[in-house]
Amino acid sequence: MTPGQMVVYILIAVGMTLLTRSLPFLIFRNGRSIPQFVLWMGRQLPGAAMAMLVVYCLKDVRFGSGKEWIPALAACLMTVLLHVRRRNMMISIVGGTMLYMLLLRLI
Amino acid sequence: MRKKAQVFRRAFPVTLPVLAGYIFLGVAYGIAMKARGFSAALVFFISTFVYGGSLQFAMIEPLCSSFAPVTFAFLCLLIQARHLFYGLTMLEAYSQTGKVRPYLVFSLTDETYSIVCQGPPQDLPTELWYAAVSVLNQTYWVTGTLLGAMLGSVMPMEHLEGIDFSMTALFLVILTEQIMDAVGLWRKGKATLKDSLFSSALGAAATVGSLLIFGKESFLLSSMAFILFSFGAKYRIDRGRGKP
Repeated sequence: MTPGQMVVYILIAVGMTLLTRSLPFLIFRNGRSIPQFVLWMGRQLPGAAMAMLVVYCLKDVRFGSGKEWIPALAACLMTVLLHVRRRNMMISIVGGTMLYMLLLRLI
Repeated sequence: MRKKAQVFRRAFPVTLPVLAGYIFLGVAYGIAMKARGFSAALVFFISTFVYGGSLQFAMIEPLCSSFAPVTFAFLCLLIQARHLFYGLTMLEAYSQTGKVRPYLVFSLTDETYSIVCQGPPQDLPTELWYAAVSVLNQTYWVTGTLLGAMLGSVMPMEHLEGIDFSMTALFLVILTEQIMDAVGLWRKGKATLKDSLFSSALGAAATVGSLLIFGKESFLLSSMAFILFSFGAKYRIDRGRGKP
């Protein structure tokens, strides 16, 4: 690939990213009223989006040998459990991540 | 000026999980780019203007292959489509942010979204809070990728293996928080359990289902389509029953 072609690729990546991030704002520009359904969905979406992101993060975990899924599953359980018990974001994240790093090295 | 510093000081601890994840993933990205012979300047440029971790990783290969711009554009859309959801969520909140709005929209990554979708603290100026979180997160990412590109070979990456789980944990904690809130609403009698857990259950079911059916290369689009369709259906059904 020539440097010129590389620039084209980077511009495409910038353009497509900008497009997906700004499309809702472009469609409902200032002045144009946002339909009730879209506002309602906007309030509902974080729940679905977070669940989607968690699955997205774990998509590369393979279930063949325990080396991958045991640390991932245990760390996820630890994170949720800590959070339900203490409801402190930092404790839950640090606890889960440390358990994950530890199990990666032990298993 | 004092106010700005104060907002940044409050935003910093909230972004710490992103700091850990972005620096680690950023360094890994910088090293990967360097290994392909790309310069630190190019890494800086891409991290600043593309600013999207998953796409940046995914475009390393294409940047080394033959020129196929249309296919590449579709790849970009496929990877980035999930950002549509974030814009839809932040439509209202970001509409009153004035001059910083274009930057807030540009920098709405997964991680930034996971923080800003929880709303700003009540005692701080809204647009400053959003801007502080967005600027801090991008700073971590650009710094991480530059570190990787410049010092990659001397970084003790193997000791840090697994620290990227902090990102998964961040999303998981926010999901747990949302579910605990939903259960709280139900206990107070303000919503039915079905209504308050609908969104998270739908997101999980749709994404796991698509992953099993379509595989990990292209499951997000079908998952998003299913989520949108289901919300549409639920809205119509609820409205038919006279619920808001």
